[in-house]
Amino acid sequence: MSLTATRRAGARALPLAPATVLLLTFLAGPILWSLYAAFTNTALSGEAARHSKFIGLENFRQALDSPSFKNAVVLTLTFTILSAIIGQNALGLGLALLMRSGSRVVRVVVGAFVLGAWVIPEVVAGYLWYAFLAQEGSLNHFLHATGLGSQSWLFSSPILAVSLANVWRGTAFSMLVYSAALSEVPKEIEEAAEMDGATGIRRLWNVTLPLIRRSVTTNLMLITLQTLSVFGLIFTMTKGGPGSHSQTLPLYMYEQSFSFGQLGYGTALATVLLTVGAVFSLIYLRAMRTEV
Amino acid sequence: MKRGLLVTLSVVTATTMVLAGCSKDKKAATPAAKTTSSAAVSAAPSAAPASSSSATAGAASTPASTVAATTAPGGDGKPIKIAFQQFGEGRIMDDFLKTVTDKYQADNPGSKVELNAIQASENDYYTKLALLVKSDKTTPDIIHEDTFLINSDISAGYLKPLDDYLAAWDQWPQYVDNAKAAGRGLDGKVYGVPDGTDTRGLWYNKEVLAKAGIAVPWAPKTWDDVLAAARAVKAKVPGVTPINVYASKAAGEATSMQGFEMLMYGTGASLYDAESKKWIVGSKQFKDSLGFMKTVFSEKLGPNPQQALDAQLGNIVHDDLLPSGKLAIALDGSWLPGGWGPKGGKPWPEWADKLGVTAMPTQTGQAPGSVSLSGGWTWAISAKSAHPDEAFKVIQALQNAENATKYTNDAAQISVRKDVAGDQAYKDWTGKMGALSEVVAVTQYRPAYSEYPRISNEIQVAAEAVATGQSPEKAAAAYDAAVKRIVGEDKTITK
Repeated sequence: MSLTATRRAGARALPLAPATVLLLTFLAGPILWSLYAAFTNTALSGEAARHSKFIGLENFRQALDSPSFKNAVVLTLTFTILSAIIGQNALGLGLALLMRSGSRVVRVVVGAFVLGAWVIPEVVAGYLWYAFLAQEGSLNHFLHATGLGSQSWLFSSPILAVSLANVWRGTAFSMLVYSAALSEVPKEIEEAAEMDGATGIRRLWNVTLPLIRRSVTTNLMLITLQTLSVFGLIFTMTKGGPGSHSQTLPLYMYEQSFSFGQLGYGTALATVLLTVGAVFSLIYLRAMRTEV
Repeated sequence: MKRGLLVTLSVVTATTMVLAGCSKDKKAATPAAKTTSSAAVSAAPSAAPASSSSATAGAASTPASTVAATTAPGGDGKPIKIAFQQFGEGRIMDDFLKTVTDKYQADNPGSKVELNAIQASENDYYTKLALLVKSDKTTPDIIHEDTFLINSDISAGYLKPLDDYLAAWDQWPQYVDNAKAAGRGLDGKVYGVPDGTDTRGLWYNKEVLAKAGIAVPWAPKTWDDVLAAARAVKAKVPGVTPINVYASKAAGEATSMQGFEMLMYGTGASLYDAESKKWIVGSKQFKDSLGFMKTVFSEKLGPNPQQALDAQLGNIVHDDLLPSGKLAIALDGSWLPGGWGPKGGKPWPEWADKLGVTAMPTQTGQAPGSVSLSGGWTWAISAKSAHPDEAFKVIQALQNAENATKYTNDAAQISVRKDVAGDQAYKDWTGKMGALSEVVAVTQYRPAYSEYPRISNEIQVAAEAVATGQSPEKAAAAYDAAVKRIVGEDKTITK
């Protein structure tokens, strides 16, 4: 049996070979190259561009020594927790819950607005928010007109400003995921809980949320990974500044790789970002498992 | 077992998402974002930017073989490719190159020159160029190379030494000595023919200074004279920012060059010790230079903090503060009037009447009395060029007396050639700039070796730190630590 079976399996796999080769070349290839480059001192220009060499963990040691790197990690975590895990996630869930009991008109109007923000390209959204928050921007004009003084968030708390923009842009995704999940929750169970005297919050916490647990995990994982790698939004709004007060890992990586030409160091940072993403994913998976 | 598989699968998905995920929504976006995805994937560099630049160069540059087939004799018939930066609306270089190369092709039947205008901001231009010259299939023959990067590219082996060509070229003696040094590598060979430079000094508003009781024309002899004038403006002319010195990371190289180095090189010290080939740390002069910035910002002689840290400060100074008389003194570059001309971004024909210009004095007036830093661009030949001889002939055409004069005047460059400096049209427009065209004699170039961009970044960090309140000692200590981290402790020297 085994010989024919193996032969048959081999023959069946044959048509897949071109696709596999393509995938390996264009998907795994760059990832592997990036991992390799993280351990070299390869650069765009300078001596290292001519003779790049294997330097082991030097790039990572350099990163851990560098205050800019620590700054970037802290900012990345702040940005991700603030704008994705708290902002987009909670707001998306809230909107989905409210829309469930809203009238058709409300649902359509709110949905259109939230989705509108999602549809706008990242860089356009970044520019819109820059124009809104800038010193001479529309928000300040409005505040002046109403006698409320003025704000300078892009300058005074840039990470908050970009987080706000990211919440605005990304909430639609969470809202859609949760709307879909909530529509699957059987009405009877909620009604039964209501009969037992469970109040709104309690019903949500003890009944609805456990039922949509898997969607919560999926949503959290997707938006976390997406937010970790946000670049265009921050680049257009603040370029990582003032100073490096909003320089998250992707912006730091860009600066090191393309302003300073340090490709090896840049790819090492990419590897770190990858690890951060993997850690988040593991935490989510674990959280889901304990609740099963 | 199943769970383990699930975990593995998710981690793999996670990895792929981080690497590839963000690039998805950015495809529709700007070139800046485009480079990001290659930053994340970091394997893309060889593909993405190179392809986009060849796209901008038009169909002509990519299918080199088709062009070759249509061109006449002369070697293998491949065209000489010239790579230069083009960004925004300016077409001065484009027009200049077209005129020169059309004539060159007419004069040399059978030769073909092709222009490869790289559409990119400065940083992106460096990146695209570095990627182009890495392969002999894509390399341009002639490269418009920034002096900021030339040393880095020399040590990368991207450029060809020109000494043999220059020795036989009758025009080379026309270049002033410190301009020849702009294209010189650590090995002493020359890799680039400069086509112009810029200088830096103090621009001042004549009316405001007169109101503050300062004698105009103003000619400060020491740093204290500069500060005294700024203090007088603050005391007597309310509503006017006394002085602008770039001191933020957002302003980038402007902070390093127009700001910090204009001070540092006026103390007699340097950032780099040419003798031992090491970077200098721990110098008193470094702290003194930061101290000047500290004084400017702690006494509120400079722009308010928010303005000082604005990435657009350069434009604000040029388009608004100087023309509207809201800034008394600006430590800035010789190129400012370029944007005030009839075709500039902010036409301001009266600038020559309103503004005076003087050289930046040295710290205590020590010789040579004034200081200036220079950048500028050079023409270089790619080490991978298949036709270096013909490429140099094209450079000769670009830099013959007539064309060198034309380009210097059109692009509002400070001349690096003796004959151009004697040209009447050149004298006419630089006459208004007074001191800024005279400081060519004392001007210095940056130690633009391959570590320089990162060291320059640390200078900006230090400058911003003192501008926002830190002590010069602390900022200098952080700079020293950073420099040691970048170049290695053995490549630094304490002076």
